[in-house]
Amino acid sequence: MKALKALSAALALPILIVIVWWLGTMNETNPFVPKPGQMLNDLFTVWVGPLMAEQVVPSLYRLGVGLGAAIIVGITLGLLIGASRLARALTGPAFEFIRAVPPPVLLPVLLLILGIDDRSKIFLIFLGCLWPILLNTIDGVRSVDSVLADTTSTYGMQGWARFRWFVFPAALPRIMTGIRLALPIAIILMVVSEMYAALDGLGYRIMLFKQTFQMGPMWAGILIIGLIGILMAGLFRLVERRVLAWYYGQREMEKQ
Amino acid sequence: MSTDVTGTTPKGEVLLSVQGVQKVYSTPTGPVEAVRDLTFDLGKGEFACLVGPSGSGKTTLLKVISGLMPATSGRVVLDGKTIDGPPRGMALVFQEYGRSLYPWMRVAENVVLPLRAAGVPKAERRARVDEALEQVGLAHVPKSYPWQLSGGMQQRVAIARAIAYRPEVLLMDEPFAAVDAQTRADLEDLVRKVWKELGITVLFVTHDIDESVYLGERVIILSSSPTIILEDLRIDLPAERDQLETRSMPEFVEQRHHVYEQIQKAKRGYNADTASMSAVAASGV
Amino acid sequence: MTRPAAGPATGVRGDSADPDARTTSNRSTRMATIASARPTGSRRATFARKGWSTPVLGAVGVLAIIAIWELSSRLGLVDPSYLPPFSTVIVEVVDLLVGQRSGEFWAALGMTMYGWSVGLVISLALGIVIGVLIGSNRWVREYTNSTIEFLRPIPSVGLIPIAIVIFGVRPAATIAVVVWACFWVILIHVIAGVADVDPVADATARSYGLKSFRRAGHVVWPTVLPYLMTGLRLCGTIALVVAITIEIVVQAPGIGAMIATYQSAANVTVVYALALLTGVLGLAINLLMRLLENSVLAWHPSVRAEVEK
Repeated sequence: MKALKALSAALALPILIVIVWWLGTMNETNPFVPKPGQMLNDLFTVWVGPLMAEQVVPSLYRLGVGLGAAIIVGITLGLLIGASRLARALTGPAFEFIRAVPPPVLLPVLLLILGIDDRSKIFLIFLGCLWPILLNTIDGVRSVDSVLADTTSTYGMQGWARFRWFVFPAALPRIMTGIRLALPIAIILMVVSEMYAALDGLGYRIMLFKQTFQMGPMWAGILIIGLIGILMAGLFRLVERRVLAWYYGQREMEKQ
Repeated sequence: MSTDVTGTTPKGEVLLSVQGVQKVYSTPTGPVEAVRDLTFDLGKGEFACLVGPSGSGKTTLLKVISGLMPATSGRVVLDGKTIDGPPRGMALVFQEYGRSLYPWMRVAENVVLPLRAAGVPKAERRARVDEALEQVGLAHVPKSYPWQLSGGMQQRVAIARAIAYRPEVLLMDEPFAAVDAQTRADLEDLVRKVWKELGITVLFVTHDIDESVYLGERVIILSSSPTIILEDLRIDLPAERDQLETRSMPEFVEQRHHVYEQIQKAKRGYNADTASMSAVAASGV
Repeated sequence: MTRPAAGPATGVRGDSADPDARTTSNRSTRMATIASARPTGSRRATFARKGWSTPVLGAVGVLAIIAIWELSSRLGLVDPSYLPPFSTVIVEVVDLLVGQRSGEFWAALGMTMYGWSVGLVISLALGIVIGVLIGSNRWVREYTNSTIEFLRPIPSVGLIPIAIVIFGVRPAATIAVVVWACFWVILIHVIAGVADVDPVADATARSYGLKSFRRAGHVVWPTVLPYLMTGLRLCGTIALVVAITIEIVVQAPGIGAMIATYQSAANVTVVYALALLTGVLGLAINLLMRLLENSVLAWHPSVRAEVEK
């Protein structure tokens, strides 16, 4: 009964919106106005099939490599810098400034240096995602609990053991926050870099549809971007709930 | 100026020796002396309590002894070796049980971690963890997370972790200050039991006078900051202690009264420079 | 419930996107330890302990990066046509600010800030109104949660083609996308703030017979304000990034379009100079938003204490 109620709460409004949208655009002839039925139709007839492999897969590949590299480098560097007061002090203002530069600004420069192929796009995604992960990791390491740090010291854990058993798990909630913030940035930069200059990819194809006034396929492409965003957010939440089960459990307990 | 007033010399061989330890913090408003020239010895197998008013440098002193913090001058010697970092032979139980257990590890994992890091073989690790959990009465919750347990149980986990580590000296920093009275009594008896069964040396810091007299074989009374030793007192109570019986014994009441008076003096803002003289006088009692 | 604690996946950094009371309290204790853990007779003397203060070290870090940049370009480690020396770029920065190109630069900056501010104001207004409507009723909150959670992760840039189709390559397109990006952030912060109103305080206000609009002023508004200010601060940065992104991608007038233009003219020095300037702009906006947040919340000392707890 309770599950049923939750389900109805979750589905009621979306269903209502789609119905209103569908009814409202039924007799619409303006090609710029998207219709839900048409959009779904275009999604399956235009995008599903070869176009998916040719345009969407390369996009996802760039996204995956760029984001993955940012996660690995961000966490590693963050743990190292965060553990040293000297390194933190040296890098603080410099990082603060670099972070403030909107990543798309680097797009023209990267294109110039690395060319129009995958490398410039992957590197842009990497650079854009690096900062939230790196800075959150540094903060996470810096703000580990002092009592727990002393406990770890008294039991003689140093170096690698200290990182593995204490610093990394203690910083993990902040690391996950960093990754969560990096996800939308990764998608944005993926799409932007393809819209700006590319030979293939989701963003490239959507702009092409727009320029050739194929509104239906364009709308369907935008729907795919939205679906990727939602899917990644959902997937991340699953992983986070699993990895940080202890963290959320503890917070639940503290609230009571 | 020295305060080597040992009203009680430790029985047997000296295990832990605190020699002229002084601790000065540098703060933006100038240096602050937290601990001044402290000297005492701890014999093997002793149970000593450090008692002093809150705000005396008890925690600082314990951090210096455990090697977490270097002393400004003086030294701490464990088993003949001068300490310059956390030594293998010590375990420290903190007051903040909620912040001294790893919240991402289950109870048994918390207890086993120091052994794992020290490279103890797997079979022995298991045996020692089971034994330690058994000793603190937590054999039934190895798979729980610490934050799922009550405060008292969390502190039991911390104690289990300490004894599984098999330290020569067990340091305890106001371990029961944050638990309720009933739990506190249970934990006090648990510590006594563990001490007797394992024959380890315990240095127990507290601001609670009753607790210090009830637990210790010896009570070292500290002044408020800068900390010096006001008195080093041997507790003449039977080895078997009971929350009700022991606490109503005339000896207990008398010694408790004595410690109380000393602490009151310390609170009234004892001048550290004159205090050492009265400490000499007190040691003659 | 969409509480910021569960993570509004938005800001560029997670500083206050995760307002975790525990972290804050831990931090203050840790600070205390660090402050006190500086013994006069320390054996391990590090830079920091020799009296090198953090700001000085920070300046050293910045200078080191500038030196590496300058030298790698001057010595030819990196092709200077890809990375001109820092000194050259700085000359260009000055030129953009007060020299030949200053007219072009300030006009572009004006366009960018126009899109930024109008977009921010619209999303603020929409976010507050809709957020209060949704947040003040538990039933409405439950029924809108899934929709909000579904729409929020849709990347703003996906809407660029739509915005262009509807508004053309004009500031209105920029504003529309900025509003999409910022509206959700404001919305979830307002909802979380309204949902956080202390039921006891609210009941007290009711029992004293405060009319609902006065109750809103005395009980609801002070609770929502800190959440709102956090959302606004995050949006300041987001709006800037989004505005410049659109300008770069579709050449809508502004700093972004200027960058794209100079890139196609292969004038790399100006591109780097503009990139530096956008960094300064980003820092300035962040600072401004923090000042605003502090001054607004300073009027509510009780609220402030509540947030910092």
